[in-house]
Amino acid sequence: MNSLWAVLRELAGLFIDDGSLVLQIVVVILCASISSILLPDIPLAAGGILLFGCLGALFVNVKTTARR
Amino acid sequence: MIGSWVHTAPTITAAFLASLVEAVEALTIVLAVATVRGWRPAGLGALAGLLVLVLIVTILGPLLDRVPLHLLQLAIGVLLLLFGMRWLRKAILRSAGVIPLHDEAKAYATETAELREQARRHEARLDWLAGLASFKAVVLEGLEVVFIVIAVSAGRGLLIPAGAGAITACLLVAGVGLVVHRPLARVPENTLKFAVGVMLSAFGIFWTGEGLGVAWPGGDLAIVACAALFLGVGLAAVTLIRRPNAEALP
Repeated sequence: MNSLWAVLRELAGLFIDDGSLVLQIVVVILCASISSILLPDIPLAAGGILLFGCLGALFVNVKTTARR
Repeated sequence: MIGSWVHTAPTITAAFLASLVEAVEALTIVLAVATVRGWRPAGLGALAGLLVLVLIVTILGPLLDRVPLHLLQLAIGVLLLLFGMRWLRKAILRSAGVIPLHDEAKAYATETAELREQARRHEARLDWLAGLASFKAVVLEGLEVVFIVIAVSAGRGLLIPAGAGAITACLLVAGVGLVVHRPLARVPENTLKFAVGVMLSAFGIFWTGEGLGVAWPGGDLAIVACAALFLGVGLAAVTLIRRPNAEALP
């Protein structure tokens, strides 16, 4: 059981390092999804939210981490 | 033709560079095992790890073909974003001197010391433990390679070129490792991770967008534009948060 838990933790660790960055990325993806549903005529809006949201999240995250 | 290369070249490059980094990390552990207990347990553990990876690819590969393309793009895009931005974040922080650089020589020394300590405590079971360490390193680092290869090639029929890029990198590292018998500490791992993080994040944005129905202007060229933006933001972040004693990104 412990080994299985360790393997699952290693697998999760491939994608999750800093919890706050993961949360920010998930929020950006949710916003982009909502935009693609509400604004189907402007599909680039979702793309813009996704791209600039993730870039912003990354920038803010590293700045915050460096300040700690 | 150009459109096809715009997608194929980043796919192969991402698979090659990411596999290079992972293979270097796996080699360090396998070498440590070989140094402490000989090549037999190290080689057998690595071989068993490779067999497990082949098994995973053989089982997962055909299953992926059954997933609807949009769902596959979205799922892989999200995972690529999480994976790529995790690498990029770490590479930025390391380049800026906020966290220490990954040191293969240090990792090798730590692993060797750990195995020697295990040898002192469980002499009889050491071959088994050493083989397990080698097996674990190959499986864990290999899983990342498998994920990257599948993710960057998914839905575009680029599994073979991406796989070839990954296998070339692994063979290259294994060959050099066998010749020099030392961890490859001089490989600019953080620079590679920075580049791969940029590429995987760009792929992640592209696939997630496609999964959400975004019609990217320029089609596949949008990946290059996204990569350029991630590179620009990454380098700007390094400049902005750099600590005085940090090594410059080559």
